[in-house]
Amino acid sequence: MTAKTKFAIKLGPATREAFGRVLVELGRENPDVVVCDADLSKSTMTTYFAHEFPDRFVSLGIAEANMVGVGAGLALAGKIAFVSSFSVFVMNKGFEQLRVCAAYPNVNLKVVGTHSGISIGEDGPSQMSVEEIGLACSLPGFVVIAPADEASTKALVRAAASHFGPVFIRTGRPKAPLVYGADRKFEIGKAEQLTDGADVTIVANGLLVAQALLAADTLDAEGISARVIDMHTVKPLDREAIARAAKETKAIVVAEEHLVDGGLGVRVAQAVAESAPCPMEFVGIRDTYAESGQPEELMDKYGLVARDVAAAARKVIGRKN
Amino acid sequence: MPKTIEELQSIALRIRREIVTMIGAAKSGHPGGSLSAVEILVELYFNHMHIDPQNPTDPDRDRFILSKGHAAPVLYAVMAEAGYRDTPKNELNTLRKLGSVYQGHPDKRFIPSLEASTGSLGEGLSMALGMGFAARLDKRSWRTYVMLGDGEIQEGQIWEAAMAGPFHKLDNVVAIVDSNRIQLDGFVKDIMAEEPLADKWRAFGWHTIELDGHDFAAIRAAFEEAERTKGKPTCLVAHTIKGKGVSFMENNPKFHGTAPTPDELKLALQELQ
Repeated sequence: MTAKTKFAIKLGPATREAFGRVLVELGRENPDVVVCDADLSKSTMTTYFAHEFPDRFVSLGIAEANMVGVGAGLALAGKIAFVSSFSVFVMNKGFEQLRVCAAYPNVNLKVVGTHSGISIGEDGPSQMSVEEIGLACSLPGFVVIAPADEASTKALVRAAASHFGPVFIRTGRPKAPLVYGADRKFEIGKAEQLTDGADVTIVANGLLVAQALLAADTLDAEGISARVIDMHTVKPLDREAIARAAKETKAIVVAEEHLVDGGLGVRVAQAVAESAPCPMEFVGIRDTYAESGQPEELMDKYGLVARDVAAAARKVIGRKN
Repeated sequence: MPKTIEELQSIALRIRREIVTMIGAAKSGHPGGSLSAVEILVELYFNHMHIDPQNPTDPDRDRFILSKGHAAPVLYAVMAEAGYRDTPKNELNTLRKLGSVYQGHPDKRFIPSLEASTGSLGEGLSMALGMGFAARLDKRSWRTYVMLGDGEIQEGQIWEAAMAGPFHKLDNVVAIVDSNRIQLDGFVKDIMAEEPLADKWRAFGWHTIELDGHDFAAIRAAFEEAERTKGKPTCLVAHTIKGKGVSFMENNPKFHGTAPTPDELKLALQELQ
């Protein structure tokens, strides 16, 4: 057992900001890194790359389908091509192209969605992506990553660049609580266990990792020991970590800023069903679109804060026989 | 040594025979749009493009993408004739059968020498632009050719790409519209307003050349003009005949996506002598 120290929210840069910064580092290290954007570079933060490497930045206008195809063409010719837009646009408007030009021929394309989930706030549902993890996971061969904070985003974008094959990375708009130190190592497909616990496991990713850590502290004060796992890679899933958690804690909560249909939760449930079935609860968005509001208000209203994670944990423990 | 027009014509005749034979054997497929594209592909693979079928991964090779992927038989027959190791000639008649490298639409998993997997219409031009970018970034002189169908260009993504190509001055990319005037449901003119087709490409900023897509001299001249054209990509609007070379298939919408029966195949092969 690791000694419990209370987790305190300390905001770091947004994961999109971390993506923009590490992209510049990758650009300096490798002349084959090329970046495409669809008129959102000042929001996706590929603007940093565009500024330093104008020749390797491809502006494609508001045309996501073409952008994905151009990215695939660059990758087919040997480039490490990143295409970036809001998650909702690149995944929905580019889905067919991601399928035919990237997934099916296994093309080395890196797709980075920003402004994911409902925490974008005031812009409202047309800009909010709540289904793209499910869509990305439905593309055979795609690696799907949803990092929690600055350090994990930087490390996992690097890992994506080194991995051969299509990758989708989900990043967010608001400042993200710091979870990791800068020197933490990350591996695609290898979950990070943040706290140990015996009574319940909370599997989370993205902004819900910090909420899970807060919830674990609340539960700890109630005498419940919760294991928190950052499942930054949704596909391929770390099935070993899940099977171990299912066997050892016999109760699992999955928490994500995504529709509960088709996201991390259903994938974890599948892994649990195939290993050591146990009661599960799911924290996520329930068959609805959100609305305009401040990010914190929305996360609260749609049940995506520590309070909701802790409640789900108590409930799932109550379902143990 | 460039090939003479007579040599190319004799290759084109063999390709047409292969196309109808393999589609006849498959009992399904798209003869019309394969036959309309024969001369253009023959000129590209046997004369114009800098390619070495024995060295298909040469980074400096020219690239060809068949964006209208349903015309796969013409590409398979041409690549087999050119001698690519992963397109064996003696397997052409396994087209569309389980386990065949000759999938219904071009599939890089089965034929690595293909430059792209295609079949869902509208996507090849974007990939060609990406390749053009890559060549320019690497300061290499290889060029990218992409064939589009005149039905295919009804896809919106084509026009996203049509805007992007001239904006980025990708003069190493050549789009060829195989304008055979027929698509699945019938004649293009009865399905969507496309004319004036060449003017549309010009308005988007492409150096646009209209030509007879069955005339080797005209095709050669157009590709040479494209190569001389700097600062913008070139679009060839190739006027062709759907089903070209087989009288009962010519201009017949039925043969967009219908295989010849054994009797029709016999007739077709008699005509293709």
